[in-house]
Amino acid sequence: MAAACGRLGPRGIAIAIAIALPARCFSLSGCRASGDGKPAKFQPPPKPVIIDKQKQRAERRFLSPEFIPPRGRTDPLKYYMERKDMIQRRKVFNIPEFYVGSVLAVTTADPYANNKSNRFVGICIQRGGKGLGATFVLRNVIEDQGVEICYELYSPRIQAIEVLKLEKRLDDNLMYLRDALPEYSTFDVNMKPVSRLDHEEIPVNKLQVRMKPKPWSKRWERPKYNIKGIKFELPESKMKEAQKWSQPWLEFDMLREYDTSKIEEKIWKEVNEGLKK
Amino acid sequence: MALLNRRLVLSLTHLSSAVLQRQFSTTGACRAIQKLTRVRVVDNSALGNTSYHRPPKCIHVYNKTGVGKVGDKILLAIKGEKKKALIVGHKMPGPTMTPRFDSNNVVLIEDNGNPIGTRIKTPIPYILRRKEGEFSKVLAIARNFV
Repeated sequence: MAAACGRLGPRGIAIAIAIALPARCFSLSGCRASGDGKPAKFQPPPKPVIIDKQKQRAERRFLSPEFIPPRGRTDPLKYYMERKDMIQRRKVFNIPEFYVGSVLAVTTADPYANNKSNRFVGICIQRGGKGLGATFVLRNVIEDQGVEICYELYSPRIQAIEVLKLEKRLDDNLMYLRDALPEYSTFDVNMKPVSRLDHEEIPVNKLQVRMKPKPWSKRWERPKYNIKGIKFELPESKMKEAQKWSQPWLEFDMLREYDTSKIEEKIWKEVNEGLKK
Repeated sequence: MALLNRRLVLSLTHLSSAVLQRQFSTTGACRAIQKLTRVRVVDNSALGNTSYHRPPKCIHVYNKTGVGKVGDKILLAIKGEKKKALIVGHKMPGPTMTPRFDSNNVVLIEDNGNPIGTRIKTPIPYILRRKEGEFSKVLAIARNFV
């Protein structure tokens, strides 16, 4: 390295350092070209160029599901106007990225609560609605009583949404937690947010939940719900009987297909531009 | 209201153990409260907590429509006697931002509005504070609010 520096000028040193990343030479006094007889002015070593391989990986994109318009014959102008309003709201108030299965803490403005604000911690079991009416339902078990609250994402009454634990589950709808043992829905109200690094993938919690004895509010073993997160302890005969209601032709039905990839690309660009302004 | 044929629900705490061994069908929990819905008494009154072979049922709702929501008064038949009660939570989803409970909860009160029990452990929705004057004593004995 030193021999190579003898031939190159000061600029060449910076390039050499940039290329040979792992071996950084800190003292350059030996490498400086000694053409002029004047006392050599101390030149600080050039800053090492750190190439962050993590940023080079494709940046994870998350477009909140309520931005994607549903399939239908409504005028796209309506969805465009709603998106403008949603972007406006997002500029003023931060709506974090979360999925069904993440634990959130929501503070709302309540005229009847003390301090006029009310904090509720719970696991998100469902995200519904499109556009400004998008909702999410949080569930928690407080003092052996299961409580669910449905919040509107864009309601001005919401003062803060904090994600305490960001994770995904095996299903997009955790309504079966109502019929599961209460331990799977209990979350500490004073839970501390679980820290995670930005570039990591969202962890998928492959938890299989144990249920209370039947009857349940819905027959979750049936293939129409396609639930993967329950540990069914039912006899084989019941599981086979449930398969009688399977509709294997549904996945091949072409009229039901709704490919949102191109729409998502367009809306992603629109939303990003809107948020940058 | 669809009547569902179900096996005995083990969550009914009012039934004594001798009855639990028998299997009979019961309807599912009613979503909002109307006549003949079985309710769960959540305060610590003796009347609400002693077990009886029949669960407490609503026999009248003091409302223009016969459907009771949070904050409505109902007449309950408990242990062979009639008692007024206040609804503090039901299974039916209400307006957004209001809590929805997993059971139909009720607090026993006298005719003048005084609660019979002395403590309420289960969470009570903040919406009840709307009629502060009428339910002030019930709100005073409540511990948790949602």
